[in-house]
Parts: sequence; C-alpha cells; structure tokens
Amino acid sequence: MSVRLIALILCLLAGGAHAQGFAGLGTTAEGFAIPQRGTPLTFPQDHGAHPEYRIEWWYLTATLTGADGRDYGVQWTLFRSALAPHDGSGWETPQLWMGHAALTTPDAHYLDERLARGGIGQAGVTAQPFHAFIDNWQMQGQPGTGISDLTLRASGPGFAYDLTLTAEGPLVLHGDQGYSVKSAAGQASHYYSQPAYTVRGTLTLPEGAVAVTGQGWLDREWSSQPLAGDQTGWDWFSLSFDSGARMMGFGLRDGGPGYTSATWIGTDGSATALPDGALKLTPLETSAVAGRDVPTRWRVELPARGLDVTVSALNPQTWMATSFPYWEGPVDIAGSHDGRGYLEMTGY
Amino acid sequence: MTCVALAALLSHWRRQPLQFLTLVIGLALATGLWSAVQAINAEARASYAQAAAQLGRADHASLSAPSGWIARDAYVALRRAGWKLSPVLEGRTRLGDVAATVVGVDFLSYPMPPEADAGSPEITPERIFTAPGLLFAPPDLAERLADMPNLPPVVSTGELPPGIVMTDIALAERLLDRAGQIDRLLVLDNQPMNLRPLAELAPDLDLTPPERDTDTARLTDSFHLNLTAFGLLSFAVGLFIVHGTIGLAFQQRRAMFRTMRALGVSLRRLTWLLMAELGILALVSGALGLVLGYLVAAALLPDVAATLRGLYGAPVTGSLTLRPLWVASGLGIAVIGAAIAGAQGVWQLRAMPILAGAGQRAWARLSARRARVQALAGLALLAAGGGAVALFDGLVAGFALLAGLMLGTALILPALLDLVLALIQRGARAPVTQWIWADMRAQLPGLSLALMALLLALATNIGVGTMVSSFRLTFTGWLDQRLASELYVTARNDEQGAELHRWLEDRADAVLPIRGVDASIAGQTGEVFGMRVHETYRQNWPLIAAAPQVWERLEAGDGVLVNEQLARREALWPGAQVAIGADWHPDVIGVYSDYGNPVGQVVVGLDTLLARFDGVPYRQFGVRIAPERVPALIAAIRADFDLPASAVIDQAGIKARSLGVFEKTFVVTGALNVLTLGVAAFAILTSLLTLWGMRLPQLAPVWALGLTRARLARLELLRSVMLAGLTALAALPLGLLLAWVLLAVINVKAFGWRLPMYLFPGDWLILFALALLAGALAAALPARRLRRTPPADLLKVFANER
Amino acid sequence: MLLEIQSLTKRYPGSDSARPVLSDVSLSLAAGDTLALTGESGSGKSTLLHLVGALDGFDSGEIRLDGHALSTLADRERAVLRRDVVALVFQQFNLIPSLSVAQNLSFHARLAGREDRGWIAQLTERLGLDGFGARYPEQLSGGQQQRVAIGRALAMRPRLLLADEPSGNLDETTSDTVMALMLDLVAQSGAALFLVTHSERIAALAGRRAHLSNGRIA
Repeated sequence: MSVRLIALILCLLAGGAHAQGFAGLGTTAEGFAIPQRGTPLTFPQDHGAHPEYRIEWWYLTATLTGADGRDYGVQWTLFRSALAPHDGSGWETPQLWMGHAALTTPDAHYLDERLARGGIGQAGVTAQPFHAFIDNWQMQGQPGTGISDLTLRASGPGFAYDLTLTAEGPLVLHGDQGYSVKSAAGQASHYYSQPAYTVRGTLTLPEGAVAVTGQGWLDREWSSQPLAGDQTGWDWFSLSFDSGARMMGFGLRDGGPGYTSATWIGTDGSATALPDGALKLTPLETSAVAGRDVPTRWRVELPARGLDVTVSALNPQTWMATSFPYWEGPVDIAGSHDGRGYLEMTGY
Repeated sequence: MTCVALAALLSHWRRQPLQFLTLVIGLALATGLWSAVQAINAEARASYAQAAAQLGRADHASLSAPSGWIARDAYVALRRAGWKLSPVLEGRTRLGDVAATVVGVDFLSYPMPPEADAGSPEITPERIFTAPGLLFAPPDLAERLADMPNLPPVVSTGELPPGIVMTDIALAERLLDRAGQIDRLLVLDNQPMNLRPLAELAPDLDLTPPERDTDTARLTDSFHLNLTAFGLLSFAVGLFIVHGTIGLAFQQRRAMFRTMRALGVSLRRLTWLLMAELGILALVSGALGLVLGYLVAAALLPDVAATLRGLYGAPVTGSLTLRPLWVASGLGIAVIGAAIAGAQGVWQLRAMPILAGAGQRAWARLSARRARVQALAGLALLAAGGGAVALFDGLVAGFALLAGLMLGTALILPALLDLVLALIQRGARAPVTQWIWADMRAQLPGLSLALMALLLALATNIGVGTMVSSFRLTFTGWLDQRLASELYVTARNDEQGAELHRWLEDRADAVLPIRGVDASIAGQTGEVFGMRVHETYRQNWPLIAAAPQVWERLEAGDGVLVNEQLARREALWPGAQVAIGADWHPDVIGVYSDYGNPVGQVVVGLDTLLARFDGVPYRQFGVRIAPERVPALIAAIRADFDLPASAVIDQAGIKARSLGVFEKTFVVTGALNVLTLGVAAFAILTSLLTLWGMRLPQLAPVWALGLTRARLARLELLRSVMLAGLTALAALPLGLLLAWVLLAVINVKAFGWRLPMYLFPGDWLILFALALLAGALAAALPARRLRRTPPADLLKVFANER
Repeated sequence: MLLEIQSLTKRYPGSDSARPVLSDVSLSLAAGDTLALTGESGSGKSTLLHLVGALDGFDSGEIRLDGHALSTLADRERAVLRRDVVALVFQQFNLIPSLSVAQNLSFHARLAGREDRGWIAQLTERLGLDGFGARYPEQLSGGQQQRVAIGRALAMRPRLLLADEPSGNLDETTSDTVMALMLDLVAQSGAALFLVTHSERIAALAGRRAHLSNGRIA
C-alpha cells in the first residue's frame, strides 16, 4: 500500500509534524476564516461545525475507575479538516473527518482510527440537537440541553465503550472570552471547554465488560492557523484536582523558550486566564515509547495559584499509533494538589 | 602455461566450427525453450497477481449486489453500523477517444492506493479530492490520456494493471454517469468488536471471499499449471540436450586430453581449464538462449495475455519485462546443465588412465556398463515416483510422479532400444542386414542422449496436447452446462423476479428459475440449488456418475446431485447419503463436473428446495429462446424493466468469445510443441554429426567390401529414421501416461476435480510422421557428406590405422 | 644419476597377481646416456617406460628421476616432471589434431615455458618439416607426423627423452631415417634417451642395451 499517499492525505488532515509545525497547523489560511479577538461565542450554534475554518475538533477525555477497582482512561476525538472553506454534499465535499478512540488500562492501550468524507452522512456534527459522529462512533446530546447531557460510544478491535456524561458546571471560555492565543506572533484559535462531567457507563475489554464511574473533560477548538511556523509540538494538560478546582495548561515547543498558557478553573467554575510564562512545565522522566523518548513524568508549577505537582502517566505506553502518531493518556497528580487528569504530547 | 593449454583446448573448436556451432546452438536452444516458458509464466503470474492486488480482490472479501449496484446510502448505513468498508465504483467508459476501465475509490479508506511513478508532480489531497481531480493510470495509458483535451490531470503509476484508470470516487461518478452508485464494498481488516453480522445488516448483498479462492483464480491456476508442466518438461528436455552436447564435446577431445596430460598438464589444471571453458560457453550460449527465449515469449505473450484476459477476466500485460529471476533461471539451466554434463566428463577423465589404449573397445565396454546403470537408475526413478504418490498426498507427490516417470523412462530408453535391436538382429540372416543392426546397436551409446531428448519431446507433445485438448472438450461441455440457456436475467428483488417470470413465460420457449441457498453440506458451507428438470438439463448436464433414472428421481424429490469436488472430498457417489442442514440426509443419485467452483454444491428438485428452505431468492432466470430472437427479447426486457446492463446477459455471445479465446491457448501450446520437437531434432543432428568422425573407420571396411557410398548414405538415413521411429513408439505410451498423470493425478491433487481424458489418434500419427521427419532431416547432412566423401578419405582409414 | 630404477614391481589390478607385469626391475641412466630396452610383445617394456614417464603408479620399489622419488609425488608434481624434465615420443604420435604443425612443434616447450625459436627453427629444418608449419597433422603422412612428435619432444630440451616404439608405425626405410635423425638430435641436445623397441636393428644404435623378458631384466 502506498504509505506516501496516505501520509500526504493525512498531512493535510492533521499529520506531518516537522517543516510546517505539528499537524500542519502552521500553514497559511488562504480563503479560510481567521479567529478574531472579540468574536463572542454563541451556544448552542458553536457546538456544531465551522466549515469555513480549516481545522476543528471535539476532544473528550475521561478518567475512570472500574467496579474492579482499577483505573481507566477513555479518549473520544473527532477532527474536522477542510480542503476548502465551504461545505458540500456527496463525495465532492471538501470536508474530511478523522476520529480517534482509545481505552487505556494500567497495562494495556486499545485504539482505533476512522476516516470519512463529509457530505455523504458518514461523519459530521450538528449543533441542535448536538450530535457528533463518524461511522458508529457518536457523541450525542439531548434536545435543548446543548452538551450538558451526552451519551458517548465507540468501538474498535478489542474494545468498546458506552458512557453517559452529565455536566456539573458551566462552560469555560479560554483566553480572552474564548479567543486563545497560541504564540507570541499572535496565532490563535477559538477555544472553550466543558471540564466538569461526571461519567458512568460500561467499558468492554477482551476479558469482558466492566462498569465504571469518573470524570470527563470536553475541549472544543477551531481555527485556521493556530500554530506559528516554527512551533513543533505541544504538551497539553487537563487536570482535575480533588479540591474541585481544575486547570487547563499547555506549552508549545519551538527552538526558543516556547509559549505557555493556562486557565485556572475555580470550584465554582469561574475561569481565569494566565499569561505566557505563568505556567512552568518540566519533564522529569522519559519512557521509551514506539521507538522514541517521551516524557511521561512532569513537574507542573503554577506559582500564582500555589500549584507544584508531579504528573505521572497511568500507563506510559499510551501511544496513539494513528495516521499521525502522538501520546495521549490518563495521568495521576500528586504534590501540592492531588487528583487525576489527561496529558497529550505531540511532535515527539 | 595456462594460456597455452587453454589455447590448445579451444583450438579444437576453431578446427571444428560446426561442432562448436551445434554446441552453442544446443545450449542456447535449451536455455531459450526453458526461459520462454518461464517468461510467459512469470509475466502472466506477475501481471495477474498485481491486478488482483490492485483491484483489492486478492486480500479482501467484498460485498456486491446481485441486482447490479449498491446505493451510496446503503454503504453509509453499513459504515454507521461500524463495519469498515471501502467503496469501489467500476465501469468501462471512453476518456477522450481512449476506452478504459475507470475504477473509482475513496482514497481515505482504499487499502492500496497506487503510488505515483518517480518524477510525477506532487500529489496533494486538494488535487485528489477537489475538482478537477486526478486520474491515476499505467504509464502507457497515462501517456495517451495526457494528450486528451478536457480530462483532469493524469498521474502515471506502474502499480496499476493495463487498461485501468483509478480515480477518486467523486470523479468516477461523473465519468461513469453513475451518481450515488457503488459496485462493491471491500471488507477491510481490523474490524471493531461486537458488530452485527453483515448477513443481518445487508441480507441483499453477496459476500465474496478474497479472490484467491474464487472461480477465476482456480481456472487461472489451472491454465498456469499447464504452463508450469510445460516448463518442467522443457527443463528436462533442455537438460538432456545440454548434457548431450557437452558430453559429446568431451568425448571428441578425449585423445587430446590424454596427450596434454602426458605432456605435463596436471589433471587438476585440466579440470579447471575445462570447467572455465564450459562456464564461459554456458554463459555465452545461455545469454544467446535468453535472447531467443525472450523473442519467443514476446511473440507468444500477447496470445497468453488475451487468453487470461478474455477467458478469466484477469488483466495481463501483453508486453514483457525482463525479470531478474527469469534471467537467473535461464542462465541457471545453461550453467547447471553444463555443470552436470561437465562433471560427468571430468569424472570419466579422472577414471581413465592417461594412456589407455586407443579406447574404442574400452569405451564401448564402459558405455555398455553405463547403459545398464542408467537403466537401473531409470527403474529406480520410476519406482520412486510411484512410491511418492502411494506414500504421500498432495501436489508435490504428483509432480514427483511426473518427474520420475519422465526421467526414468528416458534413462531406460537406451537399454530398451538395445534390447529391441538385439532381438531384430537375431532374426536377421543376410550379412548386410546383420551388419546394419549390429552397427545401429554400436551407434546407440553416442545417440542415446539425443534419443532421450526426442523421447521427452515427443512424450511432452502427446501428453500436453492430450491434456489441453481434453481440457478444451471438457471446458466446452462445462460451458454448455453452465450456459445452456440463451439468456440470463437477474431481477432486483423477489417481487420483480415474480413479475419478470410471468412476463418471460409469455415470450420465451422456457423459463428456468435458478434458485439456491447457502447451506451446510456434509459439515461445510456449500450451495443448494433447485432445478426444474427440463430437456435443457437432460441434454446438457454433464453427469460423470449417475444412478438409473436420475432425472425422474430428481424431479420426484427422491435424491440429489452433487458436484465432483464434493463427491471426491467426501466420497459421495451414487448410493451414498449426503447430510444437508441439520436433519436431511437425501440419497446421492448423480455426480456432475463443476470446474472452477471451490465449494461443494448440491442440486435438488426445485419443489424439494422450496419445501425444505425458507426465503429462497426468486431473482435469477435462464431463458430458452430461439437464438435469433435474443436481441429483441433483451431490448424488450430493458424497455419494460428497470434493470442494470449487467443483469441481462446474452450467454451465447459470451460462450463464443470464451471459446474463441480458449483457442488462442492452443496457438501457444502448439508453438511450444513445435519448438520442443525442433530442439530434439537438432539434438539428433548434433549427435550424428559428432559421430560422423568415428563413423568413417566403421564404414570404410564395409565400403571396401562392396557397398557403394550412395547405399551407405541411404542406410545411414534409414538407421536414423528407424531409431526415431522406435523412439516415437516408446514415446506414445509415455505421453499418454503423462497426460493421465496430469489429468487424473495432478489436477485432482491441485483442484479437486478430475478432467476426463480423450484420445486423439490423428494427432499421434502426425507426431509420428514428424518424428520420422526429424530423424531423416538430422541424418540428411551426414548422409550427404558420406555420399560425397572422396574414396581417398576412406582409404586413409586403412593407411593411417589408429 | 638422472634416472635410477630400484627393485621395481608393477601389477595391473584384476590381472593375475601371481605374475606381475614387472618384477624386481633395476636400471639406471646417466645424463646424456642412450639406452635401448628390447623385449617381446607383452614383456612389460612399454609399461616400464610409462612408469619412468610418471604416467602411472607402481606397487613397490622406487624410481628416482632427476632426484625425485616418483612414489612420493602427487599427480600435480608428476605433471610438473612430465612438463619440465621428460619428453615422450609415442608409437601413435599423439599430436593434437586441432593444432597446426608449427603449434604442435612448440606446444610442449611453451607448456614448459621455454620456447627457443632458434632451436625450433633448427629442429624444423633438420626434421625436413620446412613448409609444413601451417598444415594440420591429418594432412601429413605417418613418417612426417612422427617427425613432428620427435620435434615436439626435443623442442622443450628435455633432460630425458622417452621413446616408445617410435618407428613402430613406419615402414623400414622411413623408420631408419627417422631413428637416425632422432639419435643425432638427441646427441646434439644433450638429452638422455630411453628407447623401447622390439627391433634389434634399432636397439643396436643405442649406447647401452637391456632386455626385458617376462617382466624381468634378463
């Protein structure tokens, strides 16, 4: 099979880490809409797709505990990538979709990937009622409730899950009212989250089904050019502390000092954006994963909030061996705050 | 000194250019014959495998709709149910003024997209997925399409089979004018867990397993088996010829070797020199042979390609590429053949003292012993081949039998001929006839290798010819069975089927519903078909075993027919009972041949089928109608029913086309046959020419005793023709045995069905005549030389006694 | 001594072992000597010559040729002796039919790596082969062929010339001429000569004589 052609397609869809920055996000945005500061996000419309933007995702992660006492992690992601800034029907549409689903246990990692064309009903997202789907994977809301009550399903070789999510707090808008700057040069995206789902449901593993409960976090982001050309990857953390507070933080790597950004979410759901440099990320330990060294233990510091924790992977081998590979998996938090969260690392 | 010695060795060839020529030509012919067959085989196989792989048939099961096409929504529904499938839309169309098969795929899911050739412009997803799109085509087609106006850009790729244009399915829909349609869905690897079965989700779609198990592959394999058998046999013939020519080259120079050793060239050095000489000769002649083989293959390949393409729908390029393996195997046979032959020569060289007497008598004694040893080895080979089949199962044992049979008989031939000649000699009274027979026996050792080659060539001719002709007759019969009706119509669904049936009843001579279900037969999944017994079947259905009143019993529901594969596999012959489904054990009342079908099949009366099974599809019909009324009926069906073109098939046309293409196979086989025979005749000529030098001293005394040179020449001719004739007589049973092994052993082991053997005595007579002609032609040159030999040369024999 | 034969015994495998072809034969030959060995047909004289020529092996005893004990030599070393030290003239000439007369004449010398064109020209002239150089053996008479064989042997300047019935295939007149020529040339080249013949007349031309009877020196 022609790896090169696949790679080319996916380079555009998402992959190809190097010259153009990770995931092709550093390309210019001719004809595509550009995120503008001050554009208010409106719901439920913005839960749906934005075909005039080049790239968009619905990104759900959940840290779970099974009736068997073991810790689990679940990922459900739908990416949209547009070849041209418009929608269309039939095979001719320029909208391409990619789904990633994963189920992580302390000693195993199951994943699958789906690709689809828009326009034929194989994949898409509608805002009212909320419904995001690709093949038989879906994230579905109840009419009139936006994304507050979701059912989440996916299956792949050797795994399946079926979960119910209930939001326990408000939506969180990152950056300046959802306008999230991604580099000192000003590249930005529209970015909001629902960080406070309670989750219950069933995981199916080769050894059988297990009932689980836990917490979920949904990220929504769309843009046409979110990365600067010299940025090669990112380390992204979503942390839920036992205190009820939460933090989203990421560091973008480049040849120089990089760029960091964080949002502190109080127990009441109120969000505070913290500027570049407020968050400090230090790799403590790397693991050999899929033939490369990936940091799987981090020191995360946010002095402004008295945060100084160690973040460790539940299973260091949660490599997403998809068309463009990356690391994504559940983490444990210990130190000034305890809790659980998710870590995503790209460009290694 | 090495140079001096080598120059002396080579000087022989300068003085005997004809011998040198025969040696080189002999080696080249053997190599050429072998490599031609190899080239055809390799090319056809490679093309076929590539095509199967490229079109996703080889590695993936696929779903298709009996009605013709699958709606895009049906595909999306299966996707939404979790099944990983990849859609393919395929059709013939004109691109500019080029007719091509357009294959539309979804490049996001297609498992093996072609890779563009080096030097192509960059392929971006935008170019593939958005207008105007891209066309991928094999290089020659790409070149032609590139010049067409109003076509999307064309990308050349060596990974696509000839005549195929691959493109995104969006563009294919427009090119083929088939919006929303899909022809088949490839079932991809790594399906998720907990899926609902396809049979539940899409009961109206047929699942076809990967092509390696389908009819096409089986039949193509069968054709390749013919070529493989031919390749093996030509290898054997070639080996004998190489062996013969090299052996003679040693024999001719034996005296020279001895002199050189006496003058201080060590045995080791002589051995190395000879090996080097042979190696160079083998490589040079082998290279010539490769050129020859290439030319032969290039000339024959278009026919082979047409055969495979037309008969089996397998696209094969008509052009030849040089494959390293092919070159290696061609040079290999030249070098290996020369090495085997040379090793024997060197062995004899070592075994002989430097100064044995002039050696005619010693040589004769040695060859008598050798003939005995050879005959014993031949018997051992025959026994080993037989033993292999008796002890082991499988194709390899079949080929072992084949090899043992051919080589064994060839080795026995000299002893056999000697025995026959001795018997005749005993009966001869007149002195001249006594001398003739005795002299023929004396000549045998020198000619035996050439005669063995002739034997193999003749036997191969008879064997392969019989096999191919039998296959052809059988195939014709099979087509008659399968395509007995003039027209085949497939409805979209049962309702339309019922309507179509009523409609056809009024317009055709007879309508034969073809209705069947998949069921468990003798524990394995197979097909059960219901048959409305009709004169068509009584006349055409080729039963290879039947109980009395088989048709009456079938109609009455008292017994079933099974196909040959099932019968052989499960030993279900008339009188046995076959388990169908859970609790039905009807009697087997007949067995029919069913070439190309890998699965077991049972035919029952239609009423029985309907009584036993629910939900039997009611969609396919065979229509009997006068052939001249077929076109009008097709037009009428198309006018009254919404059916895709592929749902109405005029089988008479297909049959004629299939048979026409099959005839092309004979062109190939025939050409190879003539070549093999020609090579064998050449081997005899070589041997006779070589023996010529030794013949003079034997002929001179007879000449002195009063036989004219002209009479001696006639006798030479007669001797050669007689030996060829005797060999041909021996070749006939061997060839028939060979055909039997191919049809009844190898075919059964390879495919599970046995081809009946038909005899073609007319062909044998022609072949016998050809063998005599070969013998006469081969002896013509030496005989002519004998007639013109000046008496002085004959006298010299006495003056210069050796 | 150029050649020393000591208590040589030779049996042919398969033949009557009680009666060896050669038994307890001892002989010696100094450089430049000529020795004629006579005997009846089957007396073993050709066999003795072949053994001396390192063409065949023996059962017991020893042959020392130019200081080499033949029983200890491998085939390759014996071939070197044949190439460089001894030359043979056979009853059946044993010319190489595909080489011209000139090529045959120089063949052994070139194998030994000491082709002396002047010497070969002299030999050619003395042997009366001038003008025959481009011909092939089959185009020559028997006497001419034997002269080529003698020329080939002497051209490489052997220390020892072995001649086995060199005139056996020739008529008496030719034979005498060829023999006289050969002895003359042997003397000129300084080689020793070991001559096997059944002819008393020819044997008389040699410096020393020995007679072989039933495998023993009489």
